[in-house]
Amino acid sequence: MRIVVDLSRCEGYAQCAFLAPDAFRMHGEEALMYDPSPDDAQRERVLRAAAACPVQAILVDQLEGLEAPVEASPS
Amino acid sequence: MTRADTLRAFKRDGRIVIVGASLAGLRAAEALRAEGFTGSLTMIGDELGEPYDRPPLSKQVLTGWVPADGTALPRRRDINAEWLLGVPASGLDMAGNVVRLADGREVPFDRVLIATGVRARPWFVESEAALDGVFVVRTREHAEGLQRALAAGPSRVLVIGAGFTGSEIASICRERDIPVTVAELAPAPLVGALGAMIGEVAADMQRAHGVDLRCGVKVTRLEGDAQGHLRRAHFDDGSTIDADVAVVALGGIRNTDWLRDSGLAAGVWGIACDTGCRALDINGLITDDVFVAGDVARCPNPIYEYRLISLEHWANAVEQAEVAAHNMVSAQADRWPHLSIPLFWSIQFGANIKSVGVPTFADEVVVTQGSVSDRRFVAAYGYQGRVTAAVSFNNAKWLDHYRQLIETAAPFPPLCPTPDQPVDSKPVPVDFPGPALIAQGATVVVTGNAPSERRVTSLQQHHR
Repeated sequence: MRIVVDLSRCEGYAQCAFLAPDAFRMHGEEALMYDPSPDDAQRERVLRAAAACPVQAILVDQLEGLEAPVEASPS
Repeated sequence: MTRADTLRAFKRDGRIVIVGASLAGLRAAEALRAEGFTGSLTMIGDELGEPYDRPPLSKQVLTGWVPADGTALPRRRDINAEWLLGVPASGLDMAGNVVRLADGREVPFDRVLIATGVRARPWFVESEAALDGVFVVRTREHAEGLQRALAAGPSRVLVIGAGFTGSEIASICRERDIPVTVAELAPAPLVGALGAMIGEVAADMQRAHGVDLRCGVKVTRLEGDAQGHLRRAHFDDGSTIDADVAVVALGGIRNTDWLRDSGLAAGVWGIACDTGCRALDINGLITDDVFVAGDVARCPNPIYEYRLISLEHWANAVEQAEVAAHNMVSAQADRWPHLSIPLFWSIQFGANIKSVGVPTFADEVVVTQGSVSDRRFVAAYGYQGRVTAAVSFNNAKWLDHYRQLIETAAPFPPLCPTPDQPVDSKPVPVDFPGPALIAQGATVVVTGNAPSERRVTSLQQHHR
């Protein structure tokens, strides 16, 4: 699955790191590092983390791989 | 047909081309569809593959945690676009309404959004830049190459430039226990963006983490061995250092070269636009069908005396893309201004550094909360007695408070909102490096005498 965290919004509450520690890790006291493509086995936990984020900074893919753009167009 | 009819017809089956298929381009495309645009949408991008996120490239990817191809951006909705990837745009014909591609193809449009971003500034000597072990970091491929070089356990990494990217890379090197030297022309890291006081904090932080930090020096030459591997760097003070990896982190170059003959107000400083993201032409007149968003846009900000400001910030790219998309499919009276206060973050040496506002738009700075020695504090920046920016170290929860102070032109120095006011907080001069370090060449000249003849001409055309 794909996620992105708006780190300009993130205030380091670390709820995500508690709920989905394989996808979200704290670096120092309040900086967040995350895996932008966590394993699908993590899905439930990541969705819970996204829902629990106090500033709603976690965006989860809404397409679920419905669309894959062409790699390059024929010229 | 009335204007409303024309707009309806355009929203139904008009042609929109987005040049630049990264964060701003993708979010604009999604916003256009969300706004009800059902016409044809074409995404032009010089890189192959799906739009991906760049901030992780200098962080999670370099630590080896996340693979370089694992940062594809999540989608907000299906954009139903034609993707023309792997070929850069080479020209914009504003009279004929076509974008030209480097392979000769022409893509017609009714409205176009330019979101071509920036590329990494390469090392200035081409043969030295080509040495094995010399890197820049902007694309997925760059990050992948550098990650591999770091994983191989280099004897020493030289980072050239102690801005945000260079400092983040130095931080990763220390995290991976790799010896690292950072060379910076200015007196301290981050000083060009955040001033001398924060620069000093950043320098202490780097040294405390074992970085061999050398400020006020210039790297003059990168020396390779017989096999073309980097082995040594030479400084302008005559000293040298042995390193097998060098990372050139000297900022970006805005991708405006392809617009040289377009008649737009485009140059090394970006593409000038109004707050509605409409591009200005070379005379400073507003255009109707050309829009700009992201790192390449240079947009006036009323808070900062309407100065034109370009920002290489993630949140700015997203917000500006959404405003541009809205305005592309809206009538004049319904248009939005892009009026956000800049927000920025950097993660390095265990610290979460965030800024709000424009710290370079300041004459004084004061620590308002917390403790600098604990590296947990907020510093506020002021310009002529009002708050214009704030920077936090491990204190992000307070930044929104300072955003409100900036938006309301609150007096500087501001009151401390918490009980942890530092005892000796006195404003000090902000002290940015002088113009010699940051000056860039002029790009236009004004010609003609009579008001009907006066025009702005780009220097390139003028000298032809």
